[in-house]
Amino acid sequence: MGWLSLAIWTPIVFGVLLLALGRDDQAPLVRWIALIGSILGFLVTLPLYGGFRLGSAEMQFVERAPWITRFNVNYHLGVDGISLWFVLLTAFITVIVVIAGWEVIQRKVNQYMAAFLILSGLMIGVFSALDGVLFYVFFEATLIPMYLIIGIWGGPNKIYAAFKFFLYTLLGSLLTLVAFVYLYSRSGGSFDIQTWQAMPLSATAQTLIFFALFAAFAVKVPMWPVHTWLPDVHVEAPTGGSAVLAAIMLKLGAYGFLRFSLPIAPDAAHEWSGLMIGLSLIAVIYVGLVALVQQDMKKLVAYSSVAHMGFVTLGFFIFNDLGISGGLVQMIAHGFVSGAMFLCIGVLYDRVHSREISSYGGVVNTMPKFTAFALLFAMANCGLPATAGFVGEWMVILGAVKHNFWIGLGAATALILGAAYTLWMFKRVYFGPVANDDVRQLTDINAREFLMLALLAVAVLGMGLYPKPFTDVMDASVQNLLAHVAQSKLN
Amino acid sequence: MIDKFSWIAVYPEIVLLVMACVIALVDLLDRGGRRTAAYVLSVLTLAAVAALTAMYARDGRTVYGFGGMVVSDPMANWLKCFAAIATLVTLVYGRPYVRDRGMLRGGEWFVLSLLALLGTFVMISGSNFLVLYLGLELLTLASYALVALRRDHAVSLEASMKYFVLGAMASGFLLYGLSMIYGATGTLDLAGVVKAVGSGQIKHQVLVFGLVFVVSGLAFKFGVVPFHMWIPDVYQGAPTAVTLMIGAAPKLAAFAMSIRLLVEGLLPLAVDWQQMLAVLAVASLLIGNLAAIAQTNLKRMLAYSTIAQMGFVLLGLLSGVVDGNVAPAANAYSSAMFYVISYVLTTLASFGIILLLSREGFESEEIADLAGLNQRSPLYAGIMAVCLFSLAGIPPLVGFQAKLSVLQALVSTGQPLLIGLAVFAVMMSLVGAFYYLRVVKVMYFDAPVEQVGPIVAPLDVRAVLSLNGLLVLVLGILPGALMTLCANAIVKMLAT
Repeated sequence: MGWLSLAIWTPIVFGVLLLALGRDDQAPLVRWIALIGSILGFLVTLPLYGGFRLGSAEMQFVERAPWITRFNVNYHLGVDGISLWFVLLTAFITVIVVIAGWEVIQRKVNQYMAAFLILSGLMIGVFSALDGVLFYVFFEATLIPMYLIIGIWGGPNKIYAAFKFFLYTLLGSLLTLVAFVYLYSRSGGSFDIQTWQAMPLSATAQTLIFFALFAAFAVKVPMWPVHTWLPDVHVEAPTGGSAVLAAIMLKLGAYGFLRFSLPIAPDAAHEWSGLMIGLSLIAVIYVGLVALVQQDMKKLVAYSSVAHMGFVTLGFFIFNDLGISGGLVQMIAHGFVSGAMFLCIGVLYDRVHSREISSYGGVVNTMPKFTAFALLFAMANCGLPATAGFVGEWMVILGAVKHNFWIGLGAATALILGAAYTLWMFKRVYFGPVANDDVRQLTDINAREFLMLALLAVAVLGMGLYPKPFTDVMDASVQNLLAHVAQSKLN
Repeated sequence: MIDKFSWIAVYPEIVLLVMACVIALVDLLDRGGRRTAAYVLSVLTLAAVAALTAMYARDGRTVYGFGGMVVSDPMANWLKCFAAIATLVTLVYGRPYVRDRGMLRGGEWFVLSLLALLGTFVMISGSNFLVLYLGLELLTLASYALVALRRDHAVSLEASMKYFVLGAMASGFLLYGLSMIYGATGTLDLAGVVKAVGSGQIKHQVLVFGLVFVVSGLAFKFGVVPFHMWIPDVYQGAPTAVTLMIGAAPKLAAFAMSIRLLVEGLLPLAVDWQQMLAVLAVASLLIGNLAAIAQTNLKRMLAYSTIAQMGFVLLGLLSGVVDGNVAPAANAYSSAMFYVISYVLTTLASFGIILLLSREGFESEEIADLAGLNQRSPLYAGIMAVCLFSLAGIPPLVGFQAKLSVLQALVSTGQPLLIGLAVFAVMMSLVGAFYYLRVVKVMYFDAPVEQVGPIVAPLDVRAVLSLNGLLVLVLGILPGALMTLCANAIVKMLAT
C-alpha cells in the first residue's frame, strides 16, 4: 500500500470506525478518535512532500491495480506538482475542522466527525485519481457527506441549501460522466486520464467535451453565472462545512480544469478562452461589488470566494506560466484564508448566534486576541503583501498584463474591491465602540480556538513570506502542461 | 423420447414444484399460527435451489431439454439463483409482517411464493413460445392470489382486481403477438423462429405486427410507460411483503423473457424492436421520474421509481445491434442484466426497511413515517440511505455502476441518437435524485413525529438486512465479479 492510498484510506477507515462507535454519550471518546484519525491522516501525507522529486513533471507515487476489469478501470493513483499541495491542504484543513467542531457539535457527534473524515479521504482521492471512473467516483461521493453535513447540522434554511448544493453540483457532473464514457469509447476502451490527454480529437468533439466538463467544474468552482448556490449553501452550512467547502471543495472544480479540460481539449480551451476570461472577470469585478453590499458575514465571504476563484480561472485561461502557477498558488492560499475567515465567523456565531454584520461592533474591546487573528486573515483576504493572499494574486495579475494589458487592469481592480469589502466589514464588526450587550458579554477565544487559528495563521504567514516550496513543486508540471496545451490535438 | 439431459435441465423446477406440494401438505398438519414448519421448509428449499442453480451456472454448460423446449444456460441459471435468493430474502423480511396481518391462516403465503418462483424459473428457461407463456401465467396467477391474500382488506382486493384485469389483457396481447409470429413462421420454437425470420422469406409487416403485441406484453411485465398503470396501484395496495414479492424476483424474469423472445427469437427484427424500446424507455424515464416527485406514499414513490429504473434496463437492451452489426450485443445485454440484478438487490433492502418499520396496525408506508429514522436507528437509516443513493446512481454504490454500464453501452455504439438518449437519461436521473434525496432528508433532517418505541426485529431479519445493505455498498466498490459473471453469461447465451 503506497502513501497515497494511506492518505485516502486512513481518514475513511477512522470515519467508518466512528460510525460504528455510535452513541452521543461517548462523545468525548469520539472526539479524540476523530482527532487522532485526522492527525494520522495528515501525517501520512507528509512523506508525499518529503519524497517528491522536484523538477519532474512525471506522476509520482504511482499506484496501479486493476479495479473493474470488464471496463478496463484501474485503481490508478499518482500526484504531480499540480495536485500534491492539495492533498496536504485537504488533510491539514480536516485537522482544523475537527478541532473547530470540538465543543460546538453536541448532537450526533460521531456522524459529524465521520462525515468530515470520510469527506477528507474522498477529496484526497479526487486529487490523486488518474483514472476517469475513479476520479468520478470520488468526485461524486463527496456529495453524500456534504449533503448530510449541511442538512443535519446546518442553519434554519438548511434543507433548501442541502438540496440546492446536491442537485446543482449533480447536474454538472452527470454531463461529465457522459463525456467520460464518450472518451472511453473514443480511446478504444481506456479510462486512463493520461491516455485521454494524449489522444487526438476533432474540433467538434473537443468543444462538446470541453462544455460537458465545463458544466461540472464551473458549477463547482463556482464561476459566474452558476455561482448562485454557493452563498445560499455557505450561509446555512455549519462552520466546519463552510470551511471545508470554501477551502477544498471549490478547488475540486478548478483542479478539474487543469487535469481534464485544458489537456484533453486544448484547442477548444484556446478557442473558448475569451469566454472563460470574460466569465472570470465578471466574477472578479461584479461579484466583488456584490460582496460589498452584503449584510451577512458568511454571504460576504462566500461572494469573496467566488471573486477569488474568478482569479484562479482567469489565471488558467491566459495560458502562461505565471497565470497557471499563480492560479494554483491562489487556490492554496484561498484554502487557508477562506477556511480561516469562516472559522472566525464561526467563533463569533457560537457566542452571539448571529451572522449579521449589524449585530456586532467593537468586538476588539472584548476579544483582543481573536481580533488580532481576524485582522491577519482579513488582510490576507485583501491580498496584503507578506500574506498568502498576495502571492497568487500578484502572479495572476502579472500574467494577465503579459497576456493583455486591459485584462490585467480588470483583474487588478479585484485588489481594490477585495480590500474594500473585507476592510469595511472588518471595521464594522471589530472596531468602534462596543455596540450592544451581546458584544459586551463576549469572552475571548479559549485555548482550543487559539490553537486552531494559530495553525492557520502560521500557514498564511509562512506561505506569504516564503512561497518558494509551493512554486518549486508546481514549476515542472506547469511548464509541462503549458507545452502540452500549446500543441494542437486536431488530427 | 425424453433423455436424461432433459431431466437435468429442469431439476431446479422439479425440486420447487415437489417442495411446494410438500409444504402445502405439511402445513395442513401444522396447527400453530406461526407456520414455522412451512417457513423453515420454504427457506431450506429456496437455499437448496439457489445452491443447485449456482452449481449449474458455475458449470457453465448449456443444456437443451425436451426437444428444445427449455434451455438451461449460465444466464438462466444465474438469474434463477438470484431469483431464488430474492424470494428467500423476501420471506425472511416478510415473516413478522405477514404474521401480524393475519396472512398466515393457511400456508398459502409460502406455497404461492414458491409457485410464483416456479413460474419465474419457467419464464427464464423457456425456449418455446408456449413454455414462456406457461411460465408467465403461472407467475401472474400466483401473484394475483398473493396480492389478494389479505382478504379482509379492501385496498388489497382492489389492487388485486386491477392487477388481474390489466394482467389478463397484457397476457392477451402477448399471446396474440406470439400467435401472429407463429402464423408467419410456422413454429413455436425460438431456434426455429429466428431461422425463419432470418431467412427473409417472411412478410415483414406480419412479423412487425406481431412484434408490436409481443413488445407490449413485455412492457407490461416490466411495467414501463405506457403499460405502467398497474404498478403504482398494485405496489401501494398490495401488502408490503407481497409488493416485494412481485417487485423483486419477477423483474429478473421479465428481463430473461425479453432476452429469450427478442434476442434469441427475433434478433433479425432488432431494428424494429429497438425503436419500440427506445420510445418506451424515454416515456418511462420521463413519466416515472416526474410522477415520483409528486408522491407522498413511499411505496407509490418507489413504484414510479421502478418505472424509471426499468427505462434504464430497456436502454441497455436497445443498444445491442447497430446497423445490423451484433458486435455490441454482449456488452449491451450484460449491462442490462447487471442493471436488473443490482436493481433487485437494492429494492430488497429498501422494502426490507419498510417492512421492518411496519408494526401491527401500522403500515409505515408514508414518506413522513420515516421521519427522524436516523435518531431512532442510525443503522437502518444508513441502510435505507445507501439504497436511495444507489437508486439515484450516486457512487460508490452499486446503482452507479449499473448506470455507468448502461451509459457506456449506449455511448459506445457511437450513434448520435443513442448518445442523445444517454444525455437524456442522465438528465432524468438528476430529477430522480431529487425525490430520493427527499426521503433521505426526511430520515436525517426531520425530527420523529411522535414518540415511538424502539424498532424491534428478529435476529434473522437484522442479519439479512445488514448484509443486504452492505452488499449494495460493496458491489458498488467492487462490481468486477458480478459484471464479469453477467458478461460471461450473456456471451454464452449469444453463442448458442
